[in-house]
Amino acid sequence: MRWQLRIDPTACTGHGLCADLLPERIELDEWGFPIIHGDVGASLAGHARRAVRACPALALRLETKPRETTRRERS
Amino acid sequence: MSLHVEGAGEVGGQRMEARERSTRRLTVGWQHAGRPAGLREHLDLYGPLPAGRRGHLDPRSLIDAVAAAGLTGRGGAGFPTGTKLRAVAGRRGQAVVVANGMESEPASEKDQALLARAPHLVLDGAALAARAVGAQTVHICLDRNRRRQADEVIQAITERWEARLDEAQFLVHELPHRYVSSEETALVRWLNGGEARPAATPPRPYERGVDRAPTLVDNVETLAHIGLIARYGPRWFREAGRPDAPGTMLVTAAGSVRQPGVYEIESGTQIGQVLNLAEAVDVGAVLIGGYFGTWHDPRQVAGLPLTAAGLKPAGAAPGAGVLFALAEGRCGVSETARVLSYLARQSAQQCGPCQFGLPAIADDLAQLAAGRPEGDVLRRLERRLEVIPGRGACRHPDGAVRLAASALTAFSDDIRAHAARRPCPAAYRRSLAGLPIPRTEDEWR
Repeated sequence: MRWQLRIDPTACTGHGLCADLLPERIELDEWGFPIIHGDVGASLAGHARRAVRACPALALRLETKPRETTRRERS
Repeated sequence: MSLHVEGAGEVGGQRMEARERSTRRLTVGWQHAGRPAGLREHLDLYGPLPAGRRGHLDPRSLIDAVAAAGLTGRGGAGFPTGTKLRAVAGRRGQAVVVANGMESEPASEKDQALLARAPHLVLDGAALAARAVGAQTVHICLDRNRRRQADEVIQAITERWEARLDEAQFLVHELPHRYVSSEETALVRWLNGGEARPAATPPRPYERGVDRAPTLVDNVETLAHIGLIARYGPRWFREAGRPDAPGTMLVTAAGSVRQPGVYEIESGTQIGQVLNLAEAVDVGAVLIGGYFGTWHDPRQVAGLPLTAAGLKPAGAAPGAGVLFALAEGRCGVSETARVLSYLARQSAQQCGPCQFGLPAIADDLAQLAAGRPEGDVLRRLERRLEVIPGRGACRHPDGAVRLAASALTAFSDDIRAHAARRPCPAAYRRSLAGLPIPRTEDEWR
């Protein structure tokens, strides 16, 4: 099972908590807005969920990746 | 605004034959009138709208005809119109049609020209599209600073109403003049009582648009082509253009050209031919597509057809059919800096990477243009151009970045000189035709 982090760009106000909680996948640009690198596997899923819950703007979501996509990207 | 409908010109030193029958379609009769064609004049020119079963062309055959014609959207994105019609028609609930006549692209004049000469052709297409998707209402979105245009469109609607021509009801809306206000989700938001700012997708308007109904948003030129396809059929439509880009299209040629204005060309016409039609002189660079477009060396793109497939290898796209010839001796770095500053001001201020990133890029380019770089401006700019795209609710940041990035390539020698504090003399020159920077409103509602 793999997940994709998604940001609602109009909701995000650049608090930056997500990058503190999930530095493995989220980097902040020079203005403090998140850049997402890659998807999330089981090992990081807990941290990703914590980042989603911590977002004060409710701008971060974790979506299940469709099966086919997952398989293609793994191979 | 000038209109050119002769369809003849000097091409490669040889006189091109005027091909009236195949290339003058939307623009037939434009040279006779400096005013919009009235309803009677319009019907004399094009003939009545076709009647099918029970007196009406049925929705399915209309959609099939548009799909078979291979018509693509003329607003910039180039999406297949038949596919869009089918998607809206296939949704549950009563659909709505939105005719997009905003033309917020500063270098484009084609939609204004079309509405000023052939408003009934656009209204025909809108009425047909409404029939195809089962809509009773057509919203026509116009720029509220073009008062005369709105008056003329309302006049045309009144004529049709008096003639009991249409089943659908037309409503004219005048929206704030901003670059991003013509984006389809911005139109939908405005029509729903909100601000004319783009919205995050999904849902796209075809899924949930005006009053939550499935909504077809089409550019006015696209609708005008539907008005012709319904009359003359897909085979006729394909007699012009190329198999992968059928029909004709309206283009705006501007800048260092002796005959600036709007031309109707066959899709697939080469860029050099269009520039020749407009009598381009001393062209140093050409901007293809508009302010979300790309800069090119005219010698490298002269032989490329102005189609999505033809321009792809050069990293370009036709956009809304804009070709701007930058005069030799005009500084491309300065021009790009001016446009980026405009695009930064046009941000809807909704998404951080656009709100903060575009002014930062504009500032980098302004430093380069002036030959007064602070720090390693090129490295900084290149990094910013990499991280901004794909992170906004709409494509505004992506388009602005595309233009800036193309300037770095097309004007690479100039860029290096400017970065080394040696700006070209042209950077201070304002006498030759530069890219238009319109005044815009502060309002979103």
